[in-house]
This record gives sequence, structure tokens and C-alpha cells, in this order.
Amino acid sequence: MKTYYDPEDLKKFGKISDFQPELGKKFFDYYGSVFEEGALTAREKSLIALAVAHAIQCPYCIDAYTVDTMEKGCDEEQLMEAVHVAGAIRGGASLVHGVQMMNKYKDLSM
Amino acid sequence: MEVLTHKSLAAQGHEFSEADRQLQLLRDVGLTPFQENLKNSNLFPFRPVDLDIFQINVGKMCNQVCKHCHVDAGPDRKEIMTRETMQQCLDAIDKTNCSTVDLTGGAPEMNPDFRWFVEQVSAKGKKIIVRCNLTIIVANKKYNDLPEFFRKHNIEVVSSLPYFSAGKTDAQRGDGVFERSIKALMMLNKAGYGMEGTGLTLNLVYNPSGAFLPPEQSALEADFKRRLKQRYNIEFNALFAITNLPISRYLEYLVASDNYADYMEKLVSAYNPVAAKNAMCRNTISIGWDGYVYDCDFNQMLDLKVSVKQENQHVADLDMNALQERVISVHQHCYGCTAGAGSSCGGTTV
Repeated sequence: MKTYYDPEDLKKFGKISDFQPELGKKFFDYYGSVFEEGALTAREKSLIALAVAHAIQCPYCIDAYTVDTMEKGCDEEQLMEAVHVAGAIRGGASLVHGVQMMNKYKDLSM
Repeated sequence: MEVLTHKSLAAQGHEFSEADRQLQLLRDVGLTPFQENLKNSNLFPFRPVDLDIFQINVGKMCNQVCKHCHVDAGPDRKEIMTRETMQQCLDAIDKTNCSTVDLTGGAPEMNPDFRWFVEQVSAKGKKIIVRCNLTIIVANKKYNDLPEFFRKHNIEVVSSLPYFSAGKTDAQRGDGVFERSIKALMMLNKAGYGMEGTGLTLNLVYNPSGAFLPPEQSALEADFKRRLKQRYNIEFNALFAITNLPISRYLEYLVASDNYADYMEKLVSAYNPVAAKNAMCRNTISIGWDGYVYDCDFNQMLDLKVSVKQENQHVADLDMNALQERVISVHQHCYGCTAGAGSSCGGTTV
């Protein structure tokens, strides 16, 4: 069955440089630097990436950062807490607009 | 997913209890032969450095049936080393300058001659490592004094604890193993093991509970130390992060869970020439329960004996010069020791 998403494509991520080597290289160099140990640990960054992957609902990223967080010693509880962070921010982002709705409602009401 | 019953693969008559079948599957995966990578790293033929560690597997009998066990150990395995073979090991040790004797199993303590053997090795002044599965200490009253016995001979205790929580530990090692391991660790701490200033070393071993590679060792060690101290007031010296090798029960798990091809690809792509250079098989030999000699415990389980004359493959007939000049037997499972930061019985190698 043909689909837009193929798990095998994740392994080919590096090939995006084939069509534009210069920008591809810049991106992957930057990407590598971002995930290095810094003020945040590599593990903290991996958990943030997992949360962001869920927020943007990228199947490749969810695949990659589930593996990566496991290989950084995280357990299922920690992975799911990261997903809840994404859920809370996404849910909060909807709900905080409720204030806008309330303001408008009040403006239009007697 | 439930992959195994509580029987060993051997007792089940499972195809992966046969070394040939495992080697065939490792060949069939169709990835770069390990020798090719060694050649590219200028390490082929793969030769030993000075022999430092005698690792002796005193038997396959164990009180646990762990899902990843490369020995396929368990209560139904009756192969154990006799005192006669132990004496042959002692005689062979005398012919070397090795510093360390590393005792493993199964649960080595279940061998009825275990304590006698330790006393003999101890009298030689060698450093002794015992790979203790922890639960054996609380399995029966007759084992309750093991921490004291270990202390008496200044043994370094190396024990598996896949995680600092029950879920992951029990998933790999069996129901209730975590709770009993914690109890045993408390007994070891009480005897001075892992405690500052005692000189009694207690090292823990982490290996992944699934088809993924281990984390960076030092970060995980810090996490283990913090969690075990906070939750159980347990202390230990170092954590060894070990990669699961695709043989025996772990191979069975990989195949049954449809993770085999991806896992092998991951190991191959993570090949690290520095880890290959530092592989434990270069300074270690491994003796099986029946006295045959291997380059490592994994080759032992795949029945890949040391490549010396057939009449010199038993510990009673070792030719130390020939052993030192041999070529180490390698196969696709060796990628498990060379992935990323490397893996050995003492943790990472890079």
C-alpha cells in the first residue's frame, strides 16, 4: 500500500543533502551541535525533542526520539511525562485563547 | 510480549539452543562481515594482547531464567564444572601472569565446589570477580552468608540490575527479581560492599531491556546512584553499561519480536574501531564448564573454540605460546562489543 510516510525513509534523512549539499551540510552541522551536551544534558534535550515531536506530530521524529530517549536511559514513565508536556502546551494553547473568546463575548454582551 | 517460557531454550528443544543455527542466522542477515571492518581498521587478523583475565564459567545452572541470557542458563541446566576441571584451571592460571580470575555462570555460587575454588584462587593472590545475580543471596538460607564469604576473600562483586525500578528489571529477569535484588544489595552494603572506605567493590551492570543500545555509561551511573540512594539507601561503586549481543535468548527475543534486522543494522552502523581495538577478547580467555577454552564467553556459547591445535583446546592441555599467538575467532555477533562506546564484561571500552 502506498502511503506518504514510510519508516524506511527515516534512514534516508541525510539524503536531503543530495539536492542541496551546502544547505544540507549547514543544517546537519547545526543539528548535531544542538543535541550536544551543553547547559542542558543530552538526555534533557532528547526528552524535549520527544515532546516537540508529539506537538508537531511528526512520525519520523517520534520514532527517532523514542529510540533516542530509551538509549539515553529514560523509562516509559519519563517518555509519557514528556508527551504530557506536549499535550499540556497544546491544550493550554487552545484554552488560553478562551480569554480572547471571553473578551469578545463580553464586548458584545449587555 | 511474552517471548519465553520459564524453561531454557535447551529444555524447550528450541532451534536457537544450537550454535550452528545461530551462526547461520548471523551470516544470513547479509550485513558487512565483521572481518571487513577489522581489515579497514588495520586490526585483521585479530590478535590478543597480554593475557590478563581468566574468565571461568563454572556452570549453566541458575536460579533465574532471564529473557536476554546469552548462556541460556536456568534451573533446568545441569552442566556444571567439576572440581577436577577447576584444578586444571588452577594449574593453567599458574602458567600465566594474569591478574584477575573472573567467575561467572549461571549462578556460579550454585556450583557445590564454588567456595573451594574461590579459596584456591584467593590463596594465589589473584584478584577475584564474581558475577553474582543478587537473588541467589536470598534464594536459600545456605546462601545468606555469601556477602561475608565475598568480603573474606576481598572479591569484587559484579551484579546485574537492568534498572532502578521493578518494571524494567522484572520484565527482563523475572517476576519479583527487583525486590529480591534490592534486599540482596542491602545485605551487601551491610557487609561493607559499595561503601566508602571499605575497599570492597560492588559494581552494577545495566543492559537494555529491549532492542536498543545502552545509554552513555557515566550519565546513567549518576542516575542509578541518585535513585538507588534516594529510594533504598543503597550504594555501589560503578555502573557498567553493557550491550546485548545477538545470541541465544536475546537472539530469540529479537527474532520473535521482529527486531532482529534493525538491531543488527544498528550494531553494524555503530561500529567503532577504537572499541574493536579495546575488545575484551584481546586480554581475556574464557573457560567453559567442561574445560574447553574460548576467546570470550560469547564465543563459548556459540561453540567457537580458540583457534589452536585441537589437542590444545582444553584447559588441561593449553599451550600458552600458541594461545598467545592465535587469531581470535570473530563473527557477526562481535558487532555487539564494538558498537558506540564499546561493550565488555567491565562496561564500555572507549
